[in-house]
Amino acid sequence: METSVEPSHSLAAENLAVGYDQREIIHDLSVRIPTGKITVIVGANACGKSTLLKTLARLLKPARGRVLLDGKSIQSIPTREVATKLGLLPQSPTAPEGITVADLVGRGRYPRTRWIRQWTKTDDEAVAAAMTSTDVLSIADRPIDELSGGQRQRVWIAMALAQETDILLLDEPTTFLDLTHQFEVLDLLVDLNKRDQRTIVLVLHDLNQACRFADHLIAMKDGAIVCEGDPNEVITEEVVRDIFGLAVRIIPDPVAGTPMVVPLGRHTTRSDRPQDQTNGQDHTNGDQASGGAVLDMAGGSLAAQALSASAAASGICRPTDR
Amino acid sequence: MTATAEAVRIITRARGVRQARTIAVIVVLAVLVVVTFCVSLSLGDFKIPVIDVVETLFGGGDRATEFIVNRLRLPRALTGLMVGAALGMSGAIFQSIARNPLASPDIIGVTYGAGAFAVFAIVTLGLTGVAVSALAIAGAVLTAFVMYVLAWRQGVSSYRLILIGIGIGAIATSVTSYLLTKARVEIAQQALIWLTGSLNGRDWSNVRSMGLTLAVLTPLIVYLVHRLRILQLGDETAYGLGLRVESSRLGLIVVGVLLAAVATAAAGPVGFVAFVAPPIARRLTRSPGPAMIASALLGALVVGLSDLIAQHAFGDTQLPVGVVTGVVGAPYLMFLLARANRVGSGG
Repeated sequence: METSVEPSHSLAAENLAVGYDQREIIHDLSVRIPTGKITVIVGANACGKSTLLKTLARLLKPARGRVLLDGKSIQSIPTREVATKLGLLPQSPTAPEGITVADLVGRGRYPRTRWIRQWTKTDDEAVAAAMTSTDVLSIADRPIDELSGGQRQRVWIAMALAQETDILLLDEPTTFLDLTHQFEVLDLLVDLNKRDQRTIVLVLHDLNQACRFADHLIAMKDGAIVCEGDPNEVITEEVVRDIFGLAVRIIPDPVAGTPMVVPLGRHTTRSDRPQDQTNGQDHTNGDQASGGAVLDMAGGSLAAQALSASAAASGICRPTDR
Repeated sequence: MTATAEAVRIITRARGVRQARTIAVIVVLAVLVVVTFCVSLSLGDFKIPVIDVVETLFGGGDRATEFIVNRLRLPRALTGLMVGAALGMSGAIFQSIARNPLASPDIIGVTYGAGAFAVFAIVTLGLTGVAVSALAIAGAVLTAFVMYVLAWRQGVSSYRLILIGIGIGAIATSVTSYLLTKARVEIAQQALIWLTGSLNGRDWSNVRSMGLTLAVLTPLIVYLVHRLRILQLGDETAYGLGLRVESSRLGLIVVGVLLAAVATAAAGPVGFVAFVAPPIARRLTRSPGPAMIASALLGALVVGLSDLIAQHAFGDTQLPVGVVTGVVGAPYLMFLLARANRVGSGG
């Protein structure tokens, strides 16, 4: 397989403020996306993670600040030129009825063609390479509507790959997939990152998957970055409680060794075994030492802790967004 | 690399199968259009064999047939052909932009706006002929403009465009009805014939203005169809692929409105053609794209056949072509919706 010979492109944001209509979601956010790495953005619903991704992809125009592609403001670069450096897979893309896999993937070539310049062998080869690496070649002539969710998602990724961009942004690519297909998609993204040193940025809901697949993790809350860096350092019990308002314990993932988040919730089992009570006690002590956001929650009872955590969470979650 | 070559071969074949089908459908439709065209030239009070018609079209034939074919029947047939093609393409553009089969210019108010202005011209201003056509075009363009402005909220969503279009269509229809109730009976009847869509008494001036418009718009259509295929993937994907979404959509709407407007100006709002031709074209070609050529041919075929039926199927009674397209189109729509509901794919 040939790898892209273009130099790697860099993506960053400076003092971003973004919102819809009157409501500002991101207030003052700066970030550098590490080149050639997988970056995962996590956070509670309506924390602005999709908004950040859309702004990085120039779908939303920031009210203040700017997104920098190779150091230049992305709004000042012709959108078609951006599309040769940065590819995007929206959260729920729509395909015209009856479109075949090969046809859809082929449309990813749009930024590299002109209406006067006809389809060439290069385009065929790019489509072939994209379909080979996503393993959808065998279903090339099938209509999209007939495919399973996982197959369909791989086809959309193939379309973004046919764009031949160094940077790939994906908005919750695993949301509507079952567990097998979620890992199928995530493994594919790792392959693409390892093989071509592509910069991949994705929004994920599942913290354990985020920890396992991210080189760089960005945790967001209320439109700001709470912390970012190696998942091992970012994902701590304090951070998770801060951004999700949920009490958790963190243990090493028995398979990957990355942090694994185990939520406490209000009920550990259907009949709340007494030994969990002591675990909860230890946990609360730790919190008080660290001076977390739930300091006022002095009560040792696990149930009380979880209750006030969910109260905190309802302050964070505004389900009206998206 | 043999693996790449093999992969290229697979996708080329996948594309080839589709293209072959599209080309076959286009050829068959083109033949049907030509046959309908020639038959419509041969029928009438004075029947001329189809062979003679073809001969006359290529410059032969005696003076009598030359007069009947070229002077009397050809302008009407050509106008019908071009009206159908324009409506077919207009429908294909609107339905693809909106990703919704309901979004054809005769459903979302564009042609109603043209109708209201034309009736105003006929009833209130007492105009006829070219002046009515001009006002109809103005009405269509103005309606589309109001629709676009009202639907604009940091970009135009297809859904809002359809809803607002249907609302404006209802307003235009009620204005038309009001004007008709105020009109004298003879004038109201004249306006009603216009509103049904008729090809009666079309002459070469209609053909010239239609032909000129199509000649100007066709290169634009060729240029914009490429973008339409990307726009179909949804706004976000289209942005991601580097399409200037809003300007492309605006350009396509302008072209679609102009096509519908000149067709309406030439023949009145011939119902259901723009609505029905593109879905049939897409089904025949199994094309996920707008299927512009097939839609244009199908539009021409529907109008041509309908006009044949309207003129000759009922003995001495000649119907306006719009009556027939309505009778043919409405049941097809119902069939389409019923089928789509069963399949659950939304048409």
